[in-house]
Amino acid sequence: MNPTLVRWLQAPSIIVLFLWMIVPLSMTIYFSTIRYNLLYPERTGFIGLQNYEFFWTDPSFFPALLNTLVLVGSVLVITVVLGLAVSILIDRPFRGRGIVRVMLISPFFIMPTVSALIWKNMLMDPNNGLFAFFANVIGATPIEWLQDMPLASIIIMVSWQWTPFAILIFMTSLQSQDQEQKEAATLDGAGFWSQFRHLTLPHLARPISIVILIQMIFHLAIFAEIFVTTGGGPGVQSTNLTYLIYIQSQQAFDVGVASAGGVFAIILANIVAIFLIRAVGKTLTV
Amino acid sequence: MTDKQREHLKNRIAVVAAWIVACLFFFPIFWMVLTSFKTEGQAIAIPPLLVFEPTLENYTEIQERTNYTKFAINSIVTAFGGTALALLIAIPSAYAMAFNTGRWTKDILMWMLSTKMLPAVGVLMPIYFLAQKTGLYDTKGLLVIIYALMNLPIVMLILFNYFREIPKEILEASRMDGTSTYNEIRQIVMPLAWGGIASTALLSIILCWNEAFWSIVLTTTDASTLTAFVASFQAPEGLFWAKVSAVSTLACAPIVVFGWLAQKQLVQGLTFGAVK
Repeated sequence: MNPTLVRWLQAPSIIVLFLWMIVPLSMTIYFSTIRYNLLYPERTGFIGLQNYEFFWTDPSFFPALLNTLVLVGSVLVITVVLGLAVSILIDRPFRGRGIVRVMLISPFFIMPTVSALIWKNMLMDPNNGLFAFFANVIGATPIEWLQDMPLASIIIMVSWQWTPFAILIFMTSLQSQDQEQKEAATLDGAGFWSQFRHLTLPHLARPISIVILIQMIFHLAIFAEIFVTTGGGPGVQSTNLTYLIYIQSQQAFDVGVASAGGVFAIILANIVAIFLIRAVGKTLTV
Repeated sequence: MTDKQREHLKNRIAVVAAWIVACLFFFPIFWMVLTSFKTEGQAIAIPPLLVFEPTLENYTEIQERTNYTKFAINSIVTAFGGTALALLIAIPSAYAMAFNTGRWTKDILMWMLSTKMLPAVGVLMPIYFLAQKTGLYDTKGLLVIIYALMNLPIVMLILFNYFREIPKEILEASRMDGTSTYNEIRQIVMPLAWGGIASTALLSIILCWNEAFWSIVLTTTDASTLTAFVASFQAPEGLFWAKVSAVSTLACAPIVVFGWLAQKQLVQGLTFGAVK
């Protein structure tokens, strides 16, 4: 192919992605420095960093930031530990393995709004839910999940959806593990734990870091689960940054403050993204 | 007990444990499907019913009483439209990059990937604003464009990886025969890359289908997809469990099957090619 043609073929994807990135990004930054509230259209003008100050000093900001970190951190620990355990458990030939795999990864393909409703209604409902039923069976008082432990409920829902993701990735990369090496280790009398520490874990080091980074990108942006179940409440107990910004824009109609929050979210995501892109870049052979 | 017997027993326990864990993970889905065949009364019965006379009432009722079909069509149009548009832009580009790799190719791909890291909520206001100004708010066209752009980086990266695997010698041979670039793509590259393109499309469709943020924020009624439709059931507590389950089952079934079919490609796509 001649170089001109190569350039023409590449151009569309580069141009549209550049526009998709630069136009909204610069608009967000611009909005974040001006007075812009849909309820008070007469108030305009450049106000510097006041929107940021407003966003940071909002009494909901710190709880939302903390919730975001707790949410992301807990889900990461749960999904990686469970994902490791389960994928090692099924990393052996047995009858019905295909079905077990399919059952294990299915939750990942359920749309987030559906999964939120299943958990909210049929499992966690304090009157008619299954958990309440089992609590009554053993004589305990049913927990009002979404009222009393809203953030933990969200963590459970998200972990249910994303542990399958970890299983899927770990399972795939375990298949490329050197079996002979494992057999040799067994013959040498290496127990399960020492094999896990010295063979399996090093083999899974990269997949684990990729799983963690990708999940961080997605979990910083958790929205649908909160929107459908707790609406961020009670109070701000289950509000994360994404939801807080959403509330600023949709209920307070404050474009300026919401944009300042958006810039904050972008910075947070980019701290993670730098590491992820580096990890992916290492594997790309050009 | 000999070592062999002990090993055998350990294996047995592991298999039983695997089945138990699998059943636990699958249970909420099983329960949703089961509930969709109950009457509303049975759905909230205590103790919960495992055995009952199944009814199709919910399924007929959601077709008749709600706009289920409209939302399903919206989901199909936006998921397939967004995917088609992404492929249309990505195939020529990925092809050009894979077979004419230059000094900047890797950097370009990594930069593309970085656009995927931009959190949706960070650009919520501008997109909302632009959608209103252009009159695209609450249209399927808007979601098609956003979904295409959202998935373009992943689609580019996976296609690039697939195209790289096509042996260069085949192309060189055809070029010596004087084949035009258009024919080269159509007759040689496409047949070889077909499997890769199909599985890339599958991944993109899954991601579009389950997308919830933009579909909730950028639509009200006309262009709402199934994710947004399901979200609209959040308010009335308890009363519609069976119907919600029926809607959810219909909304999730095709994508879960797609997911089963595309497991391997998903791993590559979801990890941006870093785990194969």
